[in-house]
Amino acid sequence: MAKGKRVGMEGSIAIAEAVKLADTDVVAAYPITPQTHIVESLAEMVANGELDAEYIPVESEHSAMSACLGSSAVGARTFTATAGQGLELMHEALYIAASSRLPIVMAVANRALSAPLSVWGDHSDVMAVRETGWIQVFAENGQEAHDLTFWAFRVAEDPEVLFPVMVHVDGFNLSHVTEPLFLRDKADVDKFLPPNKYPTPLHPDKPVTMGAFGPPAIYTETKKAQDVAFMKSKKTILKGFKEFAKIFGPTYSPIETYQAEDADTLLITMGSLSETASVAIDTMRKAGKKVGQLKIRLWRPFPLDEFRKAVSNAKTLIVFDRALAFGGQVGPVCSEVKSALYGEANMPKVASFIGGLGGRDVTAKEFEYMITQGMKVAGKQTEYEMIGVRE
Amino acid sequence: MTQATVKIGKREITTDELFASGHRGCIGCGEMLAVRLTMKALGRDVVISNATGCIEIVSSPLPTTSWEVPWIHTLFENTAAVASGVESGLKVMMRKGRIPQKQIHSIAIAGDGATSDIGFQALSGALERGHDFVYICFDNEAYMNTGIQRSSSTPYGASTTTAPVGKKSIGQTTQKKNMPEIAVAHGIPYVATACASYPFDLMEKVKKAADVKGPAYVHVFSVCDTGWRIPTNQSVAVGRMAVQSGVFPLYEVENGKYKLNIDPTLKPVADYLKKQGRFRHLSDAEIQKIQERVTSEYAKLKEKVARSQAPSA
Ligand SMILES: Cc1ncc(C[n+]2csc(CCOP(=O)(O)OP(=O)(O)O)c2C)c(N)n1
Repeated sequence: MAKGKRVGMEGSIAIAEAVKLADTDVVAAYPITPQTHIVESLAEMVANGELDAEYIPVESEHSAMSACLGSSAVGARTFTATAGQGLELMHEALYIAASSRLPIVMAVANRALSAPLSVWGDHSDVMAVRETGWIQVFAENGQEAHDLTFWAFRVAEDPEVLFPVMVHVDGFNLSHVTEPLFLRDKADVDKFLPPNKYPTPLHPDKPVTMGAFGPPAIYTETKKAQDVAFMKSKKTILKGFKEFAKIFGPTYSPIETYQAEDADTLLITMGSLSETASVAIDTMRKAGKKVGQLKIRLWRPFPLDEFRKAVSNAKTLIVFDRALAFGGQVGPVCSEVKSALYGEANMPKVASFIGGLGGRDVTAKEFEYMITQGMKVAGKQTEYEMIGVRE
Repeated sequence: MTQATVKIGKREITTDELFASGHRGCIGCGEMLAVRLTMKALGRDVVISNATGCIEIVSSPLPTTSWEVPWIHTLFENTAAVASGVESGLKVMMRKGRIPQKQIHSIAIAGDGATSDIGFQALSGALERGHDFVYICFDNEAYMNTGIQRSSSTPYGASTTTAPVGKKSIGQTTQKKNMPEIAVAHGIPYVATACASYPFDLMEKVKKAADVKGPAYVHVFSVCDTGWRIPTNQSVAVGRMAVQSGVFPLYEVENGKYKLNIDPTLKPVADYLKKQGRFRHLSDAEIQKIQERVTSEYAKLKEKVARSQAPSA
């Protein structure tokens, strides 16, 4: 019952199309591989009059996010995209967007961090910004990249939320892959996404002071309030998924499982390599192994309840990370998983694998290896194992 | 809205205070005086984007505010970029009929550090892109909010906490960066210098800058009695001496054409320097060096003014 026009389309373009469908007001743009196709495509739409937006070709990512702060604060629907070093350069401004409750939407085409310079994909950039207070979702394929982009506006701009949203798409593996997908209809998107009504926009008719400084007597309370509101955003996130399913068909959820009902062992993945991992699950299932998969779609706020529920019957969890946490023991997603489980009854054993760094391919065979090896070492492993590394 | 005004000489000025009293600026702060006059000139139909620095800190400790107009502070180095977003956002929403048509000026205000150092790139970018906004630099010649550290706008010979006077140093050893000239080099329609010691000149320039279509840059000399080590009742006088000695000439550049607004017979720079603790240590030879530089810079400026007036061939 999927709705829309069936097309073959690159992930990046599908995101740009979603930004257009959302009738976005302001796009701030600074090129960086593998995100560039998104802002190039938007530039064309604006140049051709297909999208009536102000396109701000800023001089850096720091200014891209800053221009977004300004336009979002006056109540304009605001979008930008970045990756890797660009996300790092924005870092400081990311906190401002979140703590000022500005509903900016940003696509991040996940990219490795320098040095050595790498334009290819991994999750290092994501992990460096995971605690900035942005709602963060991972798209697994082009369809999700398209859908989650206009979904993000709806969640971000909901008066119950007012937090910025990052839609993560794996660099190249997703941003540059052309695949079949349903381009949603404008009428449906309009039904789903109401106009942005920012409650306290900057305007002379009703002046507000935004971004005042917080003395010690106030700062703590503002931060507590921010975190409470952030955790509460999950309600709207779920509502957004539900409404989406009603109008468009697919049911998205914070945590998605595959072949997991009776599985003793669960492979945990995030992002586009989840699809490759599913192939490994299929192969092993055929061989009679009780393995399944758990994909994390909502990364922040971390869907603790859904996660605990989804792993409650598993004995072993094998966590695949596309980033390192220098000086830590396991990958960043694995740390998250372990802390989510600590103190739970029947705590599953956990194994940590890291791979796919800087665009290195991870094959279905390697996922099979991770599962088999993980079942052996889970609970006994003292640090992560790196996959596909030449020693 | 009808506004009450007072007559001062031939001029009428509003009694509206859009930068409300009760801020926590130092006693005698020249910058706060300049901000207050600026706001009188701008009126209510503005959105202010303010950099981190003295102005922001003294005017916005939660839960209070000195701002009677919409105001946003985000960071130290991104003011021009935020103002770009404000301008673009308002423009597109009016075009799409989301908010009623009305002229609302996007105004960026920032200190000299935020302007000539850390926010330089964002400023240059915004000027180059041609946003219809006004950038006002309040130049107190150092990072005052963090306690008198040097900036690239600190003048030669001034003692600051990161360019202190010592056995082997006279304080700041580099020349003040010429921000107005850098703004002019962007080819923007309006650049001006101003000082609160000349309040009408300042207000007229700020108003003009707001009315100009496209980017405008106003560089406001803002005496800092704390950082410059002067008595708290001397801000206005010292600002006046900066102008009278040629240290800070008041001029404007409209579409590349220079005009000096005040062209006094220059007083000795030594009189200006000797009023201030930050220059206390300077020898006569150093003072002479500074005098020579001021004289030659002033002559260069006058040449530009003369060239601007010459009929084009
Ligand atoms: C990225 C960053 N670096 C440093 C600071 C610390 N800081 C806050 S205000 C300031 C100096 C402001 O100086 P200036 O722009 O000249 O304005 P003034 O306070 O003198 O009016 C500094 C260094 C900061 N807030 N952010």
